[in-house]
Amino acid sequence: MENIQNFQILWFVLIFILLLGYALLDGFDMGVGALLPFLGGNKEEKDTLIASIGPVWDGNEVWLITGGGALFAAFPHAYATAFSGFYLAMMLVLLALIFRAVSMEFRANDPARAGLWEKALVGGSALAALLFGVALGNVIYGVPLTDKMEYAGKFFTLLRPVPLLFGVAGLAAVLLQGASWAVMKTEGELQERSFQAVRVLMWINVITALVYFVVLSVTFSRLSGNVLFYVAVVLTFAGLIGLFFSARKKNDVAPFWESSFSFVGLFLAAGAAQFPNLIAASNGPNFSLTIYNSSTGLYTLQVMAVIALIGMPIVIGYTIFVYRLFKGKTRADDHY
Amino acid sequence: MDALLLARIQFAFTIGFHFLFPAMTLGTALVILISETLHLMKKDDVYRKITDFFARLLGLIFVVGAATGIVMEFSFGTNWSQYSRTVGDIFGPILAAEGVIAFFLESVFVGVLIFGRKRVSPKVYWLAALLVFIGGHLSAFWIIVANSWMQTPAGYEIDTAGKIILTSFYDAVFNPSMIARFSHTVLASWITCAVMVSGIAGYYVRKGLHGETARTMLKIGIILLAITPLIQLGAAHGHAIQVIDTQPVKAAAMEGHFKTGRGAPLYVIGYVDEGNEKTYGIYIPKFFSFLYNFDFNSEIKGLKDFPKENWPPVNVVFQSYHIMVGLGMFFITLGLLGMWLLWTGKIYTAKWYLFWLPFFIPLPHLAHESGWITAEVGRQPWIIYGLMKTADAASVVVSAGEIVFSLVMFALVYLLLFVMFVRLFVKIVKQGPAAP
Ligand code: HDD
Ligand code: HEM
Ligand code: HEM
Repeated sequence: MENIQNFQILWFVLIFILLLGYALLDGFDMGVGALLPFLGGNKEEKDTLIASIGPVWDGNEVWLITGGGALFAAFPHAYATAFSGFYLAMMLVLLALIFRAVSMEFRANDPARAGLWEKALVGGSALAALLFGVALGNVIYGVPLTDKMEYAGKFFTLLRPVPLLFGVAGLAAVLLQGASWAVMKTEGELQERSFQAVRVLMWINVITALVYFVVLSVTFSRLSGNVLFYVAVVLTFAGLIGLFFSARKKNDVAPFWESSFSFVGLFLAAGAAQFPNLIAASNGPNFSLTIYNSSTGLYTLQVMAVIALIGMPIVIGYTIFVYRLFKGKTRADDHY
Repeated sequence: MDALLLARIQFAFTIGFHFLFPAMTLGTALVILISETLHLMKKDDVYRKITDFFARLLGLIFVVGAATGIVMEFSFGTNWSQYSRTVGDIFGPILAAEGVIAFFLESVFVGVLIFGRKRVSPKVYWLAALLVFIGGHLSAFWIIVANSWMQTPAGYEIDTAGKIILTSFYDAVFNPSMIARFSHTVLASWITCAVMVSGIAGYYVRKGLHGETARTMLKIGIILLAITPLIQLGAAHGHAIQVIDTQPVKAAAMEGHFKTGRGAPLYVIGYVDEGNEKTYGIYIPKFFSFLYNFDFNSEIKGLKDFPKENWPPVNVVFQSYHIMVGLGMFFITLGLLGMWLLWTGKIYTAKWYLFWLPFFIPLPHLAHESGWITAEVGRQPWIIYGLMKTADAASVVVSAGEIVFSLVMFALVYLLLFVMFVRLFVKIVKQGPAAP
């Protein structure tokens, strides 16, 4: 029993890391997508912005696919309950992801309707970013569950204020990721506009993060005295303060890292509020899906751990290799 | 309509659509690898043009594949949650392994293939082509492992609560039908692309476009088209034997074979009258038995040996199976004819042959879809053969109304994707390998 608990905790941590990787990486390309009309003044600038994420967005999305697969493999009940329970919301997520994915390729090859595909990219990116936050907010804040681990709420149950706050805070963080990525990858006027966006979004993030942390500490009494929570708060605000200065000094690269740090903080607080729940029950803790009552068997968790602990370092290795190939400012010959 | 039926329709529709794209990805990755290897060895610009052309097509194919693939990944949780709860121990790790081992590799290097020509050295570019090829085939491997496990489960135990527990990951992965199904599906995808490449190049050559590049492309296409269907015949034969051994009900349905007996016939075309338990059509006497173990008098189990509630819809399985096999024979003929024309040097002027090639591009897809319908409908009423019924697998909290909503949504969105895909595909082909 001791043994399996260790693996259940390990898998909570690993899935947390996968989803964090997803948020940071797909976060910046969804951010760029959502900000496209605000940053890109003309077609050429929009081309550059899209080219800056073109080679990497799909690899970034795989963090989500793998996170979902890992959730299925380690905690199938949580996967089954959330995906079937939030059915209509999940369909909206899929719709957003589909349009986000195809819009860039279609825009490049179908100039006659480029404007339409741009709208699809903006809408798909923003909607997906918002919905992921709302979904995460719901499983942390709690939803009504039956004693058979099934979701007992409705679609509108998902749209309560606290989960919506998660969505808004997440969206703000994603937009900041996008703007600071654009700062790193572009030059001239386009970069100037991106710096402006970073400055505005930084202040928005200060507000949303503040509300987010206050609401978390009020809602979850277990967070008081939790070191991770304080670390999270410090990370987020340290990131945002650093951002304030580096945006003033027109530093190219630092904003992206600082934005990422502040996002890690938001995520860490969510993780601390969540553990050891996977889906909290709003109708009493006995109904909650935790890492202990919804996991697969010890052997499966072990096999998976071997695959993940050997595989993921390799994945991270070649991902860094490819990011380095496209390092520096986006060039004209990176375009479609 | 009840929620179960709607869920099945939705799954069949979304997977049938998704599969159109990976089927092209695998073969396209193969052609890119071949031409880029030749480019690296011979330093001939013709091959670079071929690679770049197919890399552009791959970009389009890949993106639709990825967009529709994520729907499949979600679908087990959204629509088949009871299934997911029961098999999380085995099915989950396989899907997760696919992410870690395959999808990352393919997606990360596809970016290099499409955007990196001017950024990276020829050797790194070749490496990207190789890794995309490997990544794509590993994706197919893991998903076929998952599917084969549902067809011929192994490496598990059932605990007292009725949950399926993994006991050997190795046995689960190398389950009895996996290797046959994987090789058959990969070969089918190569055939798909062989026809596609020949069709596109045939069009160019007939119209006198793109000179040497088009002729080289045609050569690559025809050679692949001559080889792959022939190998497929062997692989398919092995696969059919595997089905007779592991899923006798499905095998009997494929040939509309009702009564157990020696010297079973093989139908060329036919019709199954399920009500009267009779099959009509043109057949080769005793050939089904012969193909099973090269003995005209071997015994093959008929449907009547099994309880009727465990029969799949027999005529559907029979027809889809025969469409696939018929098309398989057609591709063999097409490939051998093309090879003969190539050998005798007549192919570049054989207008009658070149004219028809582009029209055959959709046919391998038809064979593919029929094959999957044979495999999946033939497995009914089981979702996991012999262990779990499809009827017990669907989500309990998802209502029929919600599925109608999502089904309509997918129907509209996929229609749009399909129309756009075909238009842009044609556009890229018209621009041809000379495009920037
Ligand atoms: C270009 C596509 C293509 C072609 C030409 C063929 N097949 Fe096929 N076939 C498939 C594409 C396919 C497939 C879509 O890939 C399937 C679905 C499941 C599988 O394993 O492969 C399939 C399934 C499938 C099955 C069902 C096995 C199961 O239950 O999974 C059998 C017995 C065969 N095939 C046999 C044949 C034979 C005897 C062929 C004659 C040459 C043939 N196939 C040509
Ligand atoms: C890509 C090719 C595939 C095609 C075209 C295909 C086709 C189908 C069809 C037509 C059905 C409906 C059968 C019926 O309800 O009568 C079905 C069901 C199903 N298939 Fe497949 N399938 C494919 C691959 C897979 C794979 C790779 C998996 C698993 C990893 C899978 C899992 C399922 C499941 C869970 C169902 C729903 C339950 C059922 O109706 O049996 N399929 N598929
Ligand atoms: C129910 C079953 C299936 C699921 C859950 C599934 C899932 C996925 C996902 C999530 C992706 C996108 C990966 C990315 O973003 O890079 C994808 C793409 C892919 N799938 Fe599927 N798939 C299924 C069926 C199949 C089948 C039957 C095959 C092949 C035999 C296949 C082969 C591929 C390949 C090669 C790709 C990458 C190439 C591309 O995107 O076109 N899949 N699949």
